[in-house]
Amino acid sequence: MAQSGQGYKGSDDYIASKPLMEIVNVTIALGKPLVIKGEPGTGKTLLAHSISRALNKKLFIWNVKSTTKARDGLYVYDTIQRLNDARFKDKDISDIRQYIKLGKLGQAFMADEKVVLLIDEIDKADVEFPNDLLNELDEMSFHIPELDEEVTAKHRPVVIITSNSEKELPDAFLRRCIFHYIEFPDEEMMERIVKVHYPDIEMKLVREAIKRFYWIRGVDGLRKKPSTSELLDWIKALALGGVNVEKISAEIPFLGTLLKNELDTGRFVRLSSAQGGGIFKRR
Amino acid sequence: MFTDFFYLLRQKGVPVTVTEWVSFMEALHGGYFQSNLNHLYYIGRAFLVKSEAYYDMFDLAFQEYFGGIKTEPLELERVMDWLENPLNRLPKLSPEEMAEFQKKLEEFRKEHDMDELMRQFRERLKEQKERHDGGGKWIGTGGVSPFGAYGYHPGGIRVGGESWMQSAAKVAGERRFRNYRNDLILDVRQTKMALKKLRELKREGAQEELDIPETVDKTAKEGGEIELVFNRSRENTVRLILLMDTGGSMLPYTELCERLFSAASQMEHFKEFRYYFFHNCIYQDVYEDIGNYKRVPTEKLFSQFHKGYKVVLVGDARMAYSELFDINGCIDYFYTNDRPAIEWLIRIKEHFPHSVWLNPTHSNFWGHYTVDTVGKIFPMFELTIDGLKDAIKTLTSKAKPAMVA
Repeated sequence: MAQSGQGYKGSDDYIASKPLMEIVNVTIALGKPLVIKGEPGTGKTLLAHSISRALNKKLFIWNVKSTTKARDGLYVYDTIQRLNDARFKDKDISDIRQYIKLGKLGQAFMADEKVVLLIDEIDKADVEFPNDLLNELDEMSFHIPELDEEVTAKHRPVVIITSNSEKELPDAFLRRCIFHYIEFPDEEMMERIVKVHYPDIEMKLVREAIKRFYWIRGVDGLRKKPSTSELLDWIKALALGGVNVEKISAEIPFLGTLLKNELDTGRFVRLSSAQGGGIFKRR
Repeated sequence: MFTDFFYLLRQKGVPVTVTEWVSFMEALHGGYFQSNLNHLYYIGRAFLVKSEAYYDMFDLAFQEYFGGIKTEPLELERVMDWLENPLNRLPKLSPEEMAEFQKKLEEFRKEHDMDELMRQFRERLKEQKERHDGGGKWIGTGGVSPFGAYGYHPGGIRVGGESWMQSAAKVAGERRFRNYRNDLILDVRQTKMALKKLRELKREGAQEELDIPETVDKTAKEGGEIELVFNRSRENTVRLILLMDTGGSMLPYTELCERLFSAASQMEHFKEFRYYFFHNCIYQDVYEDIGNYKRVPTEKLFSQFHKGYKVVLVGDARMAYSELFDINGCIDYFYTNDRPAIEWLIRIKEHFPHSVWLNPTHSNFWGHYTVDTVGKIFPMFELTIDGLKDAIKTLTSKAKPAMVA
């Protein structure tokens, strides 16, 4: 590795798989945007937070919504304010600069040091959204016609883009990015993840809970498979409820924290009683 | 460097472009790669493959290129069979043993080169005739030969099996992403994808915009008193009618259709969403409920909905010849029809030029006379991610008139 020694290696509260770490390091070295996809709860958003903490760089978060436009991230020219100010004599409106407000992308470009920019849930926006950012992310610069000025990144920020695959991203956009699909963690990895979150909870309980968790995930035809965050909630509930380990394998307490859909719960209870399983409490 | 790998990827169906290849090459020459096949696999994938749907194809290509084995399915499948379920599982290693192991691994890497290993592997694959467990030369499980599963030979090539030491270069062989391929029938995880695809139907501006000319106009009229005028944002104008077959032969696909249905009905941004059911084929009535009790005259579809509505029919289109072509051909005993179903289908296509047929069965099974006929009236697609994509493309493009007059 060209920059070994100071590369990203995960942080205290975030476990990154080895391939992911390597990809993040290459991304940082090359200054290309990294697109992260994966099931909910696989830690897509947290990755950016973790990079920012591990490398001690400032984090800019641009939360994308269905109404977000690409331009919002660059800058907003507050014409209404200017028009309003024009009515009164007490303000000088000739300087447009004061009505130009940089968006998150603009701020990240203007930062005096290398920063981490998270573009969260890019697929929430309009289908055209990513295409509107092509040049900006490629060249890491954009033009403000009102000022006739070019904003160029002083230091190419580390750009992390997350997507929930609600909409497919355009090919032209993806071509310029590095892509990684975070797989759902396996049991061993999950154990480490749980340990990071709850270092104090008894290992035996955690192991048993994880075993049951993967078993539930394996049940066919669930509408919504429980994800990492549900597992964490469940383990917390188990620990707080003082449930003993044997009980977890015999029945599944607090099933409601894992399965959030009535149909799933019904299906699950039916299935497990058909298999001669224990009694499940439906809470 | 590896240029033929680029062509191999494309040949396997991974849509790699030159841009991506060039940046991959830059990264290679920039020295960001460790001389480690694992590294090359993950980083290469991140550069060259931009959707998990192609991960499986990438795996296949990678395996073929770097594995040095021509993936003749039969041969490989057989190897996988041998290597499944090793006779004896190996105990966990202590940290000291692990360190020792790592050391051996490094040594091994130094003295053997990967190409040579691959070549040997291929040769042995050819030589080997039966399942092999233990021992030192053949490909098998639990042995010390560099080839096989669950083995302890440092730096060896793993063929299938789960990863114990994460050192085997052939992660690709696992093909863990097989399920993410696009051409599989929609499964639970992909329900959302269906939703997304239907979403492409719409084009709308989401924001309320300041109408500048109008604002200037109004403000001038008011004598400088600012009057802001906003434009209503454009709305999605897609109106969709879903017609679903509830016939007996559709039973195996109930869940699949259910998913499509719930996905479509959850899409709040359609201007209008209507759904009706039919049994095997459409006659003078369609039904509002799955049980086929609440009748709605098919005629009403034509009077109530204008031709701008997009129609998606879902069914296997497989029925008796008479059900499609004959008067009174309907399968229901108490139901008579004075016009054959085919006439109704053609009317639907003529009235709603934007209509497609989604078929949950695989296109290999479409060679049936009623399926063929229906397919000539409506553009027919498989009820898969790819099929849905194509169907939506057809729906949004300019309509073609029905082929059958």
